[in-house]
Amino acid sequence: MKPSLFIVVSFLLTGLGVPPDLSSAPAVQEKAVSAAPAPQTGAKPVAKAAGAGLLEARGAYLARAGNCMGCHTAQGGRPYAGGRSLSTPFGTFVTPNITPDKTTGIGRWSADDFWKAMHEGKSRDGRPLYPAFPYTEYTKVTRQDSDAIFSHLQALPPVTQNNPPSRIKAPYNLQPLLSLWRTVYFKPGVYQAEPAKSAEWNRGAYLVQGLGHCSACHEERNPLTGTWSIEGGETLEGGQIMGSNWYAPALTSSLEAGLTEWPVEEIVQLLTTGVSPRATTSGPMAEVVRHSLQHLTKEDARAMAVYLKSLPESKPRPKANAPALTEQVRGWLQQGADIYKQHCQDCHGDLGQGVPGIYPPLAGNRSVTMTPPVNVIRSVLNGGYPPSTAGNQRPYGMPPFAQVLHDGEVALVLSYVRNAWGNRASLVTTAQVDRSREGMH
Amino acid sequence: MTRLFVAALIYVAGLASAPGVAIAANSVDAPDTMAERMKPCTICHGRDEKTGRDAYYPRIAGKPEGYLFNQLRNFRDGRRYYRPMALLLENLSDQYLRDMAHYFSTLKQPYPPPEPMASTPEEIKLARKLIDVGDAARKIPPCRECHGRELMGTQPFIPGLLGLPRAYMIAQFGAWRSGGLMRRQSMDCMSEIAKELTVKEANAVAAWLAAQPVPAHTGSGVGLSAEMSRRCNIAQLEEALP
Repeated sequence: MKPSLFIVVSFLLTGLGVPPDLSSAPAVQEKAVSAAPAPQTGAKPVAKAAGAGLLEARGAYLARAGNCMGCHTAQGGRPYAGGRSLSTPFGTFVTPNITPDKTTGIGRWSADDFWKAMHEGKSRDGRPLYPAFPYTEYTKVTRQDSDAIFSHLQALPPVTQNNPPSRIKAPYNLQPLLSLWRTVYFKPGVYQAEPAKSAEWNRGAYLVQGLGHCSACHEERNPLTGTWSIEGGETLEGGQIMGSNWYAPALTSSLEAGLTEWPVEEIVQLLTTGVSPRATTSGPMAEVVRHSLQHLTKEDARAMAVYLKSLPESKPRPKANAPALTEQVRGWLQQGADIYKQHCQDCHGDLGQGVPGIYPPLAGNRSVTMTPPVNVIRSVLNGGYPPSTAGNQRPYGMPPFAQVLHDGEVALVLSYVRNAWGNRASLVTTAQVDRSREGMH
Repeated sequence: MTRLFVAALIYVAGLASAPGVAIAANSVDAPDTMAERMKPCTICHGRDEKTGRDAYYPRIAGKPEGYLFNQLRNFRDGRRYYRPMALLLENLSDQYLRDMAHYFSTLKQPYPPPEPMASTPEEIKLARKLIDVGDAARKIPPCRECHGRELMGTQPFIPGLLGLPRAYMIAQFGAWRSGGLMRRQSMDCMSEIAKELTVKEANAVAAWLAAQPVPAHTGSGVGLSAEMSRRCNIAQLEEALP
């Protein structure tokens, strides 16, 4: 056995065998080591020092957990070379090249520079960064994990690629404003374990709050008096995803995507395969599963599930009421039922029962009854496949109906589905269907 | 009226959701087949070509596997721009796209009858010259050189030209010319060729092709000249095939 391979194996065993330490960071690191994909490490050139190879492999795993590639790669572009546009109410941010190219990438950066970006949200030259780069979450990442990710990035093939500058609107382009925002809303600090909770729970919290940066979507972010507001820090209470016209449901609400009632196994299944008996991922979440979550180790996925399941119920959001069943409303729902029978029933069943794991049930499905209804509208208009994952390589999909149904018909069928088989929710209007097309990427 | 009553009953039962009034659901059949998985595709790309509100949906059954795979990747990765396709494919793996391409390439479906010939004798002559001979002075190869002697395509990358509607081909010529639909395609030989063609020539070619019956045996040809392989960057396409 090659020495490098031997070290890897023994490290892996150590990682798995060591009892979880409740004192936070070390437990986190051990787990991360156990997560390093061994074959990749073994395939590194022998000239590479074993320790460096190991660090890179761990970094590669952690970079996946943080989905760095998701933002730092343009559609169809070279991985990590940046150039993806993120449109926000503050302007369009263009992600930078983070390959080790010396002129257009971060080839001249040191591990300290990288840590400064991750932990303090500052660029190499000390400029404060915009929180489009989720340093408000990455600040919770340990120095060891930051170094591992940096080492992975530095080992990538350098790509020479200049990306267009971000176009930030006034007044958000004023640095003092950004500094002010940072003073109010940003507190650097590595994740501190809660000693009363299990190591598994803490590992989950570390991943969800830090690298996973779930709150970047599952939390409201509003321009508020010229600043970016994150109310109350890590709440995961749901919100409209900036610039994409998807609603990221609250992970803390039993009316939305709260997971208290779910078995841990089903949460793990949804996170790592993209489908589960009660829910199917679509839109930005499908992307996160494909690029990030499906690559998690079983242990890490389970830790995230345990933490997410434990989130306390939040105050319910205001929502439009379900309609009173007047003669007129019944007439509309009947029209919707006819459309359902013709176009939806074959897959979703006569009682909205679906085929669990293949075609999501609509009866009792919270994404169907949620306020706002934008996600379910988009699913009908655009259809979609859940992601191809190792656990679901050839997913079944939903046909797009934008070219089959008029907006009025989409509104009718969804109003019916939101008020059939025990579902109760507000009617969907034609205007809502039309508006759901805004900002479609 | 009965139907309305039953629906109302189901509806009310649903609202009450009392176990006592539960209505047995008919089970949904979701067979473990590619046909079932391809429902999102076949709603538009069915047995017959279809014109929708926003676009024309060509038939894809029987097109060469490599061509289909390449187009699927182009849609997913933004090199061929059509938003509904991009949204549908955005989270699918290369392997699944290959499986899809294989499935549709082997799908046998009848072709539509040819469109009536609407061209003048001059237009027919112009079309036949370009299709059979090309125009070497403008570096326009004859269509048959790449799309096969029978114009039914060349394995594995070049699609057939018969059995397609005139309007679709005219639109594709326009897209190749403007680069709007097919931006940043790796294979840009058609873009070069389309830019050389006049509008009159492109229309004449499309009209003639649409009026031809599809030959009884509809197999694709094999092989491309070295010159056209180079111009069409076939080597790069081959890299992506298994």
